[in-house]
Amino acid sequence: MKIAESWLREWVNPELDTEALSHQLTMLGHEVDGIEFDGAGLADIVIAEVLKVSKHPDADKLSLCNVNDGSDELVDVVCGAPNVVQGMKTPFARPGVTLPNGMKLRKAKIRGVVSNGMLCSAVELGLGDESDGIMSLPQNAEVGSPLVDFLVLPDAIIDLDLTPNRGDCFSVLGIARDVSALTGAELKDTSVVAVPATIKDTQPVELVEPSGCPRFAGRVIRGIDLSAESPVWMTERLRRAGLRAISPVVDITNYVMLEFGQPLHAYDFGLLQGPIKPRLAKSGEKVTLLDENEVELTADTLVITDDSGPIGIAGIMGGLSTAVSDKTTDVFFEAAFWSQDFIAGRARAYGMHTDASLRFERGVDPAGQGRAIERATQLLLEIAGGDAGPLVDEIIEEHLPVRGEIALRKDRLTRLLGLEIDDAKVEQILSGLMMKIAPADGRWNVTAPSHRFDIAIEADLIEEVARIHGYDSIPETTAFSEAPLETVTESKIDIGLAAATLIARDYQEVVTYSFVDETANSAFTGSASELVLSNPISSEMSVMRASLWPGLVAAAATNSARQQDRIRLFEASKSFHGKLGAHTEVVRIAGLAAGPVRPEQWGSATEGVDFFDIKSDVEALLSLATHAGECHFKAAEHAALQPGQTAEIIRNNEVIGVLGKLHPRLAKNYDLKKAVFLFELDAEKSLSSSAPVAAPISKYPAIRRDIAVIVDDKIYADQIVNAVAATSPKLIQDVRIFDIYKGAGIEAGRKSVAIGLILQETSRTLTDDDADIVTAAAVKKLEDQFAAVLRD
Amino acid sequence: MQALSELIDQATSEIDDATDLAALDAVRVSYLGKKGELTARLKSLGQLPPEERSGVGQEINRAKQEVQGRLNARRESLDSAALEEKLAADAVDVSLPGRGSSIGGRHPVSRAQARIERIFANAGFGIRSGPEIEDDYHNFTALNIPENHPARAMHDTFYLPGGNLLRTHTSPVQIRSIVTEGVPIRIIAPGRVYRCDSDQTHTPMFHQVEGLVVDENISFANLKAVLHEFVEAFFERKAELRFRPSYFPFTEPSAEVDVRWGDDKWLEILGCGMVHPNVLESAGIDSEKYTGYAFGMGIERLAMLRYNVTDLRTFFENDLRFLGQFR
Repeated sequence: MKIAESWLREWVNPELDTEALSHQLTMLGHEVDGIEFDGAGLADIVIAEVLKVSKHPDADKLSLCNVNDGSDELVDVVCGAPNVVQGMKTPFARPGVTLPNGMKLRKAKIRGVVSNGMLCSAVELGLGDESDGIMSLPQNAEVGSPLVDFLVLPDAIIDLDLTPNRGDCFSVLGIARDVSALTGAELKDTSVVAVPATIKDTQPVELVEPSGCPRFAGRVIRGIDLSAESPVWMTERLRRAGLRAISPVVDITNYVMLEFGQPLHAYDFGLLQGPIKPRLAKSGEKVTLLDENEVELTADTLVITDDSGPIGIAGIMGGLSTAVSDKTTDVFFEAAFWSQDFIAGRARAYGMHTDASLRFERGVDPAGQGRAIERATQLLLEIAGGDAGPLVDEIIEEHLPVRGEIALRKDRLTRLLGLEIDDAKVEQILSGLMMKIAPADGRWNVTAPSHRFDIAIEADLIEEVARIHGYDSIPETTAFSEAPLETVTESKIDIGLAAATLIARDYQEVVTYSFVDETANSAFTGSASELVLSNPISSEMSVMRASLWPGLVAAAATNSARQQDRIRLFEASKSFHGKLGAHTEVVRIAGLAAGPVRPEQWGSATEGVDFFDIKSDVEALLSLATHAGECHFKAAEHAALQPGQTAEIIRNNEVIGVLGKLHPRLAKNYDLKKAVFLFELDAEKSLSSSAPVAAPISKYPAIRRDIAVIVDDKIYADQIVNAVAATSPKLIQDVRIFDIYKGAGIEAGRKSVAIGLILQETSRTLTDDDADIVTAAAVKKLEDQFAAVLRD
Repeated sequence: MQALSELIDQATSEIDDATDLAALDAVRVSYLGKKGELTARLKSLGQLPPEERSGVGQEINRAKQEVQGRLNARRESLDSAALEEKLAADAVDVSLPGRGSSIGGRHPVSRAQARIERIFANAGFGIRSGPEIEDDYHNFTALNIPENHPARAMHDTFYLPGGNLLRTHTSPVQIRSIVTEGVPIRIIAPGRVYRCDSDQTHTPMFHQVEGLVVDENISFANLKAVLHEFVEAFFERKAELRFRPSYFPFTEPSAEVDVRWGDDKWLEILGCGMVHPNVLESAGIDSEKYTGYAFGMGIERLAMLRYNVTDLRTFFENDLRFLGQFR
C-alpha cells in the first residue's frame, strides 16, 4: 500500500524525519518497500491567477492570457489548454524555470505572440499521468506563493508491504494508530460530526443473511451538482495513493476508504428498485459488474440485491445496472460489514482482486461503517452540495465479531520472549494499541479493539508487546535443550561422500528441475508419467520426472551447444514414480559422460569415453558401501539406451540401477554428436552399507596361477569369474580377467579369456600341489559348464 | 727392468687417461690380469734369491694394492658420471601438465546446503527430509493456514490432482517430524520447494532450510542467538542482524531477519518465529508445556550472497563455465 507522508502526518506527527519514520514503520512490521519523493523539482513554480482570456489571433486552439503571478507586473502567456478560464488559479512556470521533465522555459513567440512562461498541467509538473488541461487550483490558493507549499510537496510516498494479518492497517488511520502506539505521538481525533438530515428520503435495507452481513450503513443524498469537481487536495491525495480521480462521488468513496479503511460503494439512487438485501447468490445467477464483465455466480457468493436481482458482489465489486454515472444527481452510499468467512477466497475464485476485497478478506473494523458514511456525506455536501437523508445503519449485534477477553500471563510473556518487561511498560504498550486491560493475579485480561482481527490468543498479545517494545530489545541467549544427540549412521553411505567420489572422478554436479517435459520423461523412462501438474508453468515443466536423465541430457546439450566438448555431470536428487496417492519419491544418483575420457593432454591419446569408463565410475560408487552384497551387471534393454551397451545393476537380486549408452536416436534429438553414457542409481539401495567387521589378514604368501581358456563369445565374463571363484571359495581370494582376445588363431564366435587366480590360506603356506589342484578344478568347471577349451 | 715406482706412475697415468669402463678394464688387465705386468713380477719372484723374496714380494703387493685402489676410485668416478648422464637424459619438463588431473565440483547450492547442514549438525541439530509432493494438510492446514487464508494466495502453489501439491516451503517437515519423533526436537530440514513463479528473481523451484526446536523453555531470545551464530558461521565474519516483526501463520511472534550488508543496506535473509500454539496442538503437542522456534531460509539467497552470484537463474542453467567456479 502506498501512503503519502503528508497525509499520515495529518493523523499522527511524531518527531521523526522521513527516514526515521520509515525505519520505525519497518520495525513495526510494516516493511517499507521503497520511498518515492513526489513533486521534487517544483520549487520555482508559483500560483498564478488568470485575469483575462482572449483568442489567439492566428490559432483557434490557443488562448492569450493575462496572468497575475504575484510579481510587480502582469504577464502575457499563450496557453493551449481547453479549460483555461478567467479567474482560474493555476500553476505557473516563469521563463528560466526547468520543469521536472527537463524542459527549460524561455520567453518565446508562439504563432507570432510573445509568451512569458507557461500555465502548467499536472502531467507537465510530473503530478499525474493524464490531464484535461491546466491544473485548476482552488480560490484560496494564494497568488504568487510557491505551488509546493500549497500542495504540500515534495511528499514522500511510502510503499508499505503490509502483512495479510493486518487488515486494519490498509488505511491512513490504521498506520497512524500503529505509529502512535510506537512513538506515543498523539493520534488525531477519529470521531466525525454527524451530518443532520435535511430530507426524508431513505433506502430500505434488509439484513436477510446476517451471518454474512450483520451491518449495513448508508445514506441517500439528492440533488448534487453535476458540474462539481473534486478538489485538488483530494485528487492529489488519491494520486499519491495510486488512484485516479474520476468524479466527486467515486473519489469520495475512494478517499474515505484510504482514510478509514472502510470500502464504500455509491449507487445511483434512482436506479435502485425496492429494498437492498444482501444474500447468498443462487447458483448460476448472473450479474454484470462495474468493469462491464458479466459474472456467473456460485452459491457461496454473498451478493447485494434489490428487486431486480443481484446488483453487486459483496466486498468485491458493485454492479453496472445501479452504478453512478455523470448524470447521477441522487446517490446512495453504502458502507457494509461483510464477514471475512463470506469474502475470503472469493476474489481469487473470481479472479478479481479489488481494493475492497483486499480489505474485506483481511477484516474491516465492524465499528466503522457509520463513521465512514458520515465522512462521505460531509465531503459530498462540501464538494457537490445536495441534501442528505437520514443515516441508515442496520445492525444485527449478535452476528458482529466479538473481541473476547484474552489472558496474558506475565510468566508466559517472560518465558516466550526470554525477556522480562516491566508491568507498567506492558500496560502502556497494550493501552497504546487501544486494548482494554484488566489487571488480575499474575496476568492481564485483555480485550482487543474492534479493528484488530489478528488478536485471538495469548501469543498474539505477546507478539504485540514484543513488536512495540522492539525485537531489538530481546537478548540473545543460547538455549539448553534436552533433545538427544543425533546418531551418525554407518548403515548408509552419506550422499556427500558419494558426491565427493564422483567429483574426484571429474563429474560436475548440476541441479535440474524436478518437473520435465512429458515427452522427454516418456522417452527416458519408456512410460508416461502419472504425476502431472494441474497448473504447470510451461509444457517443458509439466510432469514430475521419473528419471534424472532428461535434465542431465538437456544440461549436456546446453553445454555442448556452448562449445564444451567434454561433459561429465551428475545430480543427486529425487525422482517420482507411480500413481498419485501411491506414488514414491526416490533419491537417485545419476551421471552423464560424453566426449574425451581425459581433457586433451600432451602425453596421452585423446579417446572418447566408453561403456567401461562410466562403469568404473559406477563401480567406484558402489564399492563405497561395506558388506552390501556383490553387484553384478546384467545385459538389459532400456527405452533410452542403445541395445548391447545397456546393463542393469543387480545387488541382492534387486535392480538398483542402470547404465549404458544413450540411444543415438535420442542423442540426435538433443543435437548431441558424441557418444553419451549415462548411469542412474537408487541412492538408498546402492549406498546402503554397514559398519565394517574386520577379519585377520593372512600372514602367508599368496600364489598366482594364470590360465587361458577359449569359450563361446556369448559367455559373460562374470559367469566365468563366478564359476571359477565357486570352485574353491576358501582358497581363491581373487579372480581377475587380464586379457580378452578374439581374432587370428581363435575361431569365429569364440574368444580367449585369460584369468589370474590369486590363492591364499590364512593358516599355512600353500604348496604348488595345492595350487595345481585348485587350478585343475577351475579348468574342469569351465570345461563342464561352458565347454571351455584350455589354451596351451 | 723398470722400477716399481715408475710402473705405478705409468699405471696411474693410464688409469687417469681411461675415459670409459672398457678402457679402464684394459688398464686393469695389463697390470693386474693373468698376464699383467705386476702379476708377472710376482710370478718372477721365484727367480730371486730366497732372502730377497719376502721384501720384494711385499713391495709388489703394495704396488698391486695401490694400482687396484686407483682403479676402484676411477671406476666409481666413471660410474657416477655415467649415471648422471643417464639421469640427465631422463629429465622431464616439469611445467607440462599432469595426466588426467581434472576434478569436478559441487553445485553452489549443494555446497551452501552442505555447509548449512554442517553448521547446524555441529550445534546438535538433526537433519530431516520430507516428501516434495505434499498434501494440503501438511503444507497449509497443519501450519495454521486454513483454506481461503490470504497467505495461501502468496504461495503460488503448483497443484496435482486430488488436493496434492508441490510443497511451497519446507515447513511441512516440521509437522511430519514432530508427529514421528515427538518432542523435545531439534532439527533442520533442507530441500527443494516449488512455487508457480518465474522471472528475473524467481525460479519455479528453489531450496529452503527449515529449522525447528521445541522443548520446555525455548524462547525468542534463543532463536535470536542461534540465528545470529548461524549467520556469522555461514559468512565467516561478524554480522549485524535485524529482527523485525512480520507475519507467518505458523509462528507467533514472527520475524523477518535482515543482515547488514555494506554500510547502509539491510538484506532480508530469512523468516522465523515462535511456533504457533495451533501448530503444536495440531501435531499433538501440549503447547502449554512446550514452546519452540522455527525458521526458514532460502539457500539460493544465501549462496548468492556468499558467492557473489548476481542472477538467481544461473543456478539452474547448469553452464559448466559457471559451475566450474565452485570447485
